[in-house]
Amino acid sequence: MMGIRRGASRWWLPAASLLLVGAIVLGTMIGPAGSVSAANWNIIWQIRLPRVVLAGIVGAMLSISGASFQGVFRNPLVDPYLLGIAAGAGLGATIVFTVGAGARTGWLVDPLPLAAFAGGLAAVLLTYVVGASFGGSGTTLVLAGVAVTALVTAVQIFVLQRNSDVIREVYSWILGRLSTANWGDVRLVVPYVVVASIVLLLHSRQLDVLRVGDDEALSLGMNVRRVRLVVVVAATLGTAAVVSVSGLIGFVGILVPHMVRLLAGASYRMVLPLSVLVGAAFLILADIPGRVLQSPSETPIGVVTAFLGAPFFIVVLRSRRSVA
Amino acid sequence: MSSLAFDTLTVRYGQRVAVQSFTDTVRPGEWLCLIGPNGAGKSSVLRAVAGLVPHDGSIAVDGAPLAVRSARRRAALVAYVPQIPVLPDDMTGFEYVLLGRNPYIGYLAHETRQDRALAADVLRRLDLAEFADRHLRTLSGGERQQLVIARALAQEAPILLLDEPTSALDIGHQQQALELVDRLRREHGLTVISAMHDLTLAGLYSDRLALLHQGHVVASGPASSVLRAETLSEFYGVSVVVHHEPDGTVVVVPRRTSSL
Repeated sequence: MMGIRRGASRWWLPAASLLLVGAIVLGTMIGPAGSVSAANWNIIWQIRLPRVVLAGIVGAMLSISGASFQGVFRNPLVDPYLLGIAAGAGLGATIVFTVGAGARTGWLVDPLPLAAFAGGLAAVLLTYVVGASFGGSGTTLVLAGVAVTALVTAVQIFVLQRNSDVIREVYSWILGRLSTANWGDVRLVVPYVVVASIVLLLHSRQLDVLRVGDDEALSLGMNVRRVRLVVVVAATLGTAAVVSVSGLIGFVGILVPHMVRLLAGASYRMVLPLSVLVGAAFLILADIPGRVLQSPSETPIGVVTAFLGAPFFIVVLRSRRSVA
Repeated sequence: MSSLAFDTLTVRYGQRVAVQSFTDTVRPGEWLCLIGPNGAGKSSVLRAVAGLVPHDGSIAVDGAPLAVRSARRRAALVAYVPQIPVLPDDMTGFEYVLLGRNPYIGYLAHETRQDRALAADVLRRLDLAEFADRHLRTLSGGERQQLVIARALAQEAPILLLDEPTSALDIGHQQQALELVDRLRREHGLTVISAMHDLTLAGLYSDRLALLHQGHVVASGPASSVLRAETLSEFYGVSVVVHHEPDGTVVVVPRRTSSL
């Protein structure tokens, strides 16, 4: 029977869903206050569950964004951090803090995520333009992202030095607040994440067509520019939103999509939905050692993901060199 | 069957003119082969038809200009096989051929049962069904080239553009690929424009040749009139012997110029 991976493929989504449920249960059970009982129900509901849910949302968004960026730039090495989005979002947020807390009242929506989005989008577009002008190959784009990140970070430091009164606020924003997450944080990011994820999932077939390259996709009738723009905007919007609550968590966007590809193949119709489920489970699980290792104090989750992700990135780089 | 008319087609890359005032009409069902040295503008003509390079002058299918059409409508009229196709390693043969249905699928829609049936049917008719579930990286150069042609066929466009379809193949697979195109154009009434380097094969399979040199057409017509030793010597700078076989085949044989 000819088809897009019938057979084994139909079990991947249920299996990934099961993994996510297991991760949620585990993440809710484990913590400094012991396991679930009637007495600590409030701890579960007010502290652990929002943290687990938020970690899941952040992991899902970073993973599907990473997979989408890899598809739209046809480059297995990019992820939201390497493209400079996190740095750009940080600069956008810094500017809002600098302009003053007063400026944040009287808006219909909180300008902070919007500024983070604008900064992230500007950074990724700059990375793309710089990378494309030097050939746009795998490593070129990553190097462009490194350069843009350095530039944006320099601007941010310059702004902060002239406004040292907001340094604390800005750095606590950059480091994130997963460890003190509440339901308000979840409510803040959910709309952005839902919209961005739906838009990206709807483009999975287009991303499959784009696997044959810009010219051939165009000759097959695809509006390549429009698809690229829509996907970049959606993935950046979602990334900027989660970065604004979780802080810098690197390597998730490259680690999870690659694991999914190894297991279920490279078709984006599998990679995108599986990245959502596996990404959520991955970050919930990665958050557990952070809580337990140095209990009762915390190991930042970014440290855990970098510890797992950096060696993985090197392996990917190595295997790609032999393929490309 | 569809005709393809070029009217003073000009393609520029910055200051450099790649194609200058190319004017030609390819009749419905005809196979036109563009020949000429590297950089003569053969690929640029094909890329202009496929909508991949900006150009001046007009290209019309059955009298209607292509330039005003969206990428999707254009793709339903013109299928393009690039010189070096991108074949994603772990895409299956079926998934790859199914890409040819893209012009008929809405922006956010997915392939229908009919699209799948058609892609499967194309694979069957081309005797490629065994490659349906194979990953592209496991296929040989000849097998890949057949799949690329199968994808173009799944596109159901009346005009087929082939950019050096045989340059990466050995002599057996060259013949196999060209026989396939020849069979398909007769079965489906396809109009074919190809760019080719092998002059004997170009003359053997096409109805008409157009010789390009520095962006200009310098000779056009049947193989017997275009493939002449003095013409080839002038524009390719080669020394060749041209044989005319009794069956009309024109054979171009290079001649060694250094003294033995």
